[in-house]
Amino acid sequence: MNTHAPILPILIPFAAALLQMLADRLACQRIVGLLATALLILVTTWLTLLADDGLLRIYALGDWPAPFGIVLVVDRLAAAMTLLTALLGFVALLYASAGFDERGRHFHPIFQLQLVGLTGAFLTGDLFNLFVFFEVMLLASYTLLAHGGGLARTRAGISYVVLNLIGSALFLIALGLLYGTLGTLNLADLAHRLTLPGHDPALARLAFALLIAVFALKAGLLPLSLWLPHTYSAAGAPVAALFAIMTKVGIIAILRVQAIALTPAIPDLLDHWLTALAIATVVFAALGVLTASRLRVLAAWLVLLSAGTLLLTPAQANAQVAAAALFYLVHSTLAGAAFFLLAGVIAERRGEAADHFRAGPPPATWLQVAFLILAATTAGLPPFSGFLGKLMLLTTLRAVPAGTAIWSVLLASGFIVMIALARDGCLMIWKPATLAAPPPTGVIAWQRATATLLLVAAGPLLAIAAHPLAAYAERTASQLQTPGAYVAGVLGASMATSLREAAR
Amino acid sequence: MEAMLAIAVGVLTACGVFLILRARTFPVLLGLTLLSYAVNLFLFASGRLQVGAPPLIRAGAAYADPLPQALVLTAIVIGFGMTAYLAILALRSLAESGGDHVDAVSTEDARQ
Repeated sequence: MNTHAPILPILIPFAAALLQMLADRLACQRIVGLLATALLILVTTWLTLLADDGLLRIYALGDWPAPFGIVLVVDRLAAAMTLLTALLGFVALLYASAGFDERGRHFHPIFQLQLVGLTGAFLTGDLFNLFVFFEVMLLASYTLLAHGGGLARTRAGISYVVLNLIGSALFLIALGLLYGTLGTLNLADLAHRLTLPGHDPALARLAFALLIAVFALKAGLLPLSLWLPHTYSAAGAPVAALFAIMTKVGIIAILRVQAIALTPAIPDLLDHWLTALAIATVVFAALGVLTASRLRVLAAWLVLLSAGTLLLTPAQANAQVAAAALFYLVHSTLAGAAFFLLAGVIAERRGEAADHFRAGPPPATWLQVAFLILAATTAGLPPFSGFLGKLMLLTTLRAVPAGTAIWSVLLASGFIVMIALARDGCLMIWKPATLAAPPPTGVIAWQRATATLLLVAAGPLLAIAAHPLAAYAERTASQLQTPGAYVAGVLGASMATSLREAAR
Repeated sequence: MEAMLAIAVGVLTACGVFLILRARTFPVLLGLTLLSYAVNLFLFASGRLQVGAPPLIRAGAAYADPLPQALVLTAIVIGFGMTAYLAILALRSLAESGGDHVDAVSTEDARQ
């Protein structure tokens, strides 16, 4: 069982998707989906605890050893990210099971396939396999984005699909360059061969720069992030909540490639430009937060803001910064997703005012409290997780070269977010008005209420569990920043196996 | 042969990029297709060009690197699926907005 554990986070949603395609009834699909995602949470929790011993768990697909076959690599980072994906997937699915999934066909299998793509992208140790999982994730996201129909979604969908197809083409060009230059696509083997002589360093540099550019497109780095706000705000609430982790896939990929392949061989590739662009992203997103006229647009800008904040960290190549970034990543993913769900629930009972920041029927009291907690979490006010995450980031970023610029931008953006949230919250909650058409009455479905409250509660819960989480993040970052161990772990295991095979 | 392939990849990419920058969905779709052709040729060349060498390892015979061919095959399948989806999305946009503008503004809006 332990030997096959690394592939379970991919197999469980995949099996669920197949089952759901067979059982075409919505009730069956819901039960299968929720059970599978709950199982995924259990398995990834187990994997996360298992990975905490600091060993790399290598799963060679088809039992082909590492530089020749495709491997899945479970370290603390991969395991923790699959756990985050599973948690977010369960909550989003719970929300969607209260009626959103009826608005179009095949919601459930595609949702599970999206989970396959996400977990696969975190687990794989091979760059071409990463491309395949990216495509699985993207193809599912194209369909989920269009779920529910409407011109706004189609419009957002076209630019999103075209942009990501161009991104895929660039990804393939980068992979072709890497294979042509270094003769391998296994990340550990790439890192190993980069340190050896006998390749064209300029071409390798170009290939990695292209690769980072593709990841930056997914992560939403400034010149490549103009698609993000309108795409995310056009998606349905549970879909947008799941999308909150998609920008993080790009960030984790940058972090991993930088730590494993670039730091030992091309340490200056990310210097200067990445941090400068990330600062520009934060400024852009903070201005966007001010312009948002409805809650889901605001949530999309906040996702971009957190992506920009996280993109400040890879170029520092510093284990403490990475640890703070990982804690902030978990917090910002959950808080961003919570905003999308809250926007969906609030819009439900406000008639035509929906989630626009203007006078209308006030939302229920528990929603007002939820908004307050979530706003305090996001704006980085104590005692919630946003405060701790930002505090850790600021403390660790003080010593880095661009520290002053980063400090001023982060503090100013936090202040802007606080002002914007206070203003928008007042407009939405404290300005009652009667509408021409009375808003729909009735209770909010328990699935939606539970899902929203679970994500909102993540802010206080993460703050309570901050010590063990931060300690885990620190161990994760120190494991990530020792690239020699990764290379030796992936290649060494396979070399030992092949030697044993040869002896037999 | 290298020069010919390089020129082919370059021309395909240039045409693809030109078409992608158009404002109508159909040229953009064609541009993406051309770009994916260029990328596939490029991937194919990353295993070095050889004539008359099958991608099979046999004793004493020359062989071509089989891995880029497998990569190209995967890329073709994925690119084909994506393009098909985009075509459907463009048709849906045409039905919903009454125009084929990439921003899905209707034809009257575009004229104004």
